[in-house]
Amino acid sequence: MDEFGKAAYNVLSVWLTLVAVLILVPAMFGISLGINEMYMKILVKTLEWATLRIQKGVKEIERLQRAATNGIIQRDAGFSIETEIAERKARRKAQIRGDFELNDVFYFSKKGVESIVEDEVTQRFTSEELVSWNLLTRTNNNFQYISVRVSLIWVLGVFIRYCILCPLRITLAAIGLSWLVIGTTIVGQLPSSRVKNLLSELVHLMCYRICARGLSATIHYHNKENRPKKGGICVANHTSPIDVVILANDGCYAMVGQVHGGLLGVIQRSMVKACPHVWFERSEMKDRQLVTKRLTDHVSDKTKLPILIFPEGTCINNTSVMMFKKGSFEIGGTIYPVAIKYDPQFGDAFWNSSKYSMVSYLLRMMTSWAIVCNVWYLPPMTRQEGEDAVSFANRVKSEIARQGGLVDLSWDGGLKRAKVKETFKEEQQKTYSKMIVGDDGN
Amino acid sequence: MSSSTNKRCRQPKPDEMTGFRTKISNREDFQRIPELAINPLGDRIINAFFSDGEDQVNFRAFMRTLAHFRPIEDNEKGKDPSSSEPLNSRNNKLLFAFRLYDLDKDDKISREELLQVLRMMVGVNISDEQLGSIADRTIQEADQDGDSAISFPEFVKVLEKVDVEQKMSIRFLH
Repeated sequence: MDEFGKAAYNVLSVWLTLVAVLILVPAMFGISLGINEMYMKILVKTLEWATLRIQKGVKEIERLQRAATNGIIQRDAGFSIETEIAERKARRKAQIRGDFELNDVFYFSKKGVESIVEDEVTQRFTSEELVSWNLLTRTNNNFQYISVRVSLIWVLGVFIRYCILCPLRITLAAIGLSWLVIGTTIVGQLPSSRVKNLLSELVHLMCYRICARGLSATIHYHNKENRPKKGGICVANHTSPIDVVILANDGCYAMVGQVHGGLLGVIQRSMVKACPHVWFERSEMKDRQLVTKRLTDHVSDKTKLPILIFPEGTCINNTSVMMFKKGSFEIGGTIYPVAIKYDPQFGDAFWNSSKYSMVSYLLRMMTSWAIVCNVWYLPPMTRQEGEDAVSFANRVKSEIARQGGLVDLSWDGGLKRAKVKETFKEEQQKTYSKMIVGDDGN
Repeated sequence: MSSSTNKRCRQPKPDEMTGFRTKISNREDFQRIPELAINPLGDRIINAFFSDGEDQVNFRAFMRTLAHFRPIEDNEKGKDPSSSEPLNSRNNKLLFAFRLYDLDKDDKISREELLQVLRMMVGVNISDEQLGSIADRTIQEADQDGDSAISFPEFVKVLEKVDVEQKMSIRFLH
């Protein structure tokens, strides 16, 4: 038994040394040894081969070229209540008693059934469907057994992901988080000065880089000249808690959020010692005035780091951008929009909080192939004269959607859990009423 | 196969029905679809999926109701004439619409039923009197046997010039 213990100890120490030298040290200084690149190249080649095999095996030859936004039913662009109104007006001969026809009900029933088959909103709260399988069981919705070779590669993939990559990643994540706590606590002991800020930024960057390696994250940053500056507000579309790690790899932000208990609480408390983040108590979150005031104070201090906010308020599946809550846009200051788009081929980054807890979500992340994403820094935007917060929010949202290639929706992300407001139905009823009695409302 | 994609509409596979992948089976599940919840006739449409007294809809019933919306030209010509009329024929599409109005399922649209459905579509924006006169005019124009209600043949006659095919069909892509 003793020999076994010694052998295990040796293996462990070799393992840790390798990890430290090959991964930790380069990560801390932002250098890359090229191991990750090589892994990604091999991965891409394998997935391409698998895709070709699957397509050969499938009976239908038509290639699934559709983009995520096309959907499964044909939408009639000219079929709207507005065109109906225009048609009616052209035909109408001063009918006093209204212009109702029995077939009006067709319009609503077709729209209704279309929305039952495929609606714009509920599909955003589940993971995106892939065009071709990426050898992960979790994305295996429509793909069946193809050949022995594909299955073998899949088994090999499972082994690599669960037995080699996953423990490695967990080790890295653990090291990264503990270093974050220890590092920020140490830096927090120093008196406020430029040195402290510099050290704090260094510590934060190092830890996030280690955490990013812990997810095998490959991030491409675009337009770095638009990176958020101090005293500004950074807004981005929200897909998962990992968004924070992705963005913080390239710059330092002041985080905004609720105070949590447990491990997360420990991390939060130590982070705030090193540099000012904005953590709210649960009770304070309800008081909108208080929230706005604290954020405004933070933003007006030009020495403080830019705040990172996700105005959607909830995780969306990265195929669309949903309504931005206007609160963040009322604070003033410069808004730096950022678009984040994950490549679903390598791993599904979306956190479906009703299906998975945080821990099982992180484990899923660590057993995917990799997290690949693109981050675009967009030029800063400010509220224009006479523009209200809601229009400003929509303007920023459109920019982010356009850059990231996402669908721009005005539906509220809160519809994940809550029911839709009656006011929307009332709007439709109003429009229809105008059609059958005319605008003059006689 | 690819040349007639826009006219083609094959029978959709079960896994394409978003509804059933997220397990729609009772009325509440339907109401969770925001675009349906804000549709003025949302409740009537949901009702069309459930048979009398049932609170659950299974996949078969779901598909039968959806089949009403298949495009008409999708049916093969020269089909066996003794087989029953397909669900997406013009007649059956009109029957679907008729049933949206016929609240008590007595095969007649009475003035009361018409008023109720009208009220659903216009909300609070039109007065009772105005709505009443709209209903009266509609029944007057459609009624042929003088019973102050619209039966299904009368309904069909009124809509004989309407392009039912375009207004009541949903095409699936590829």
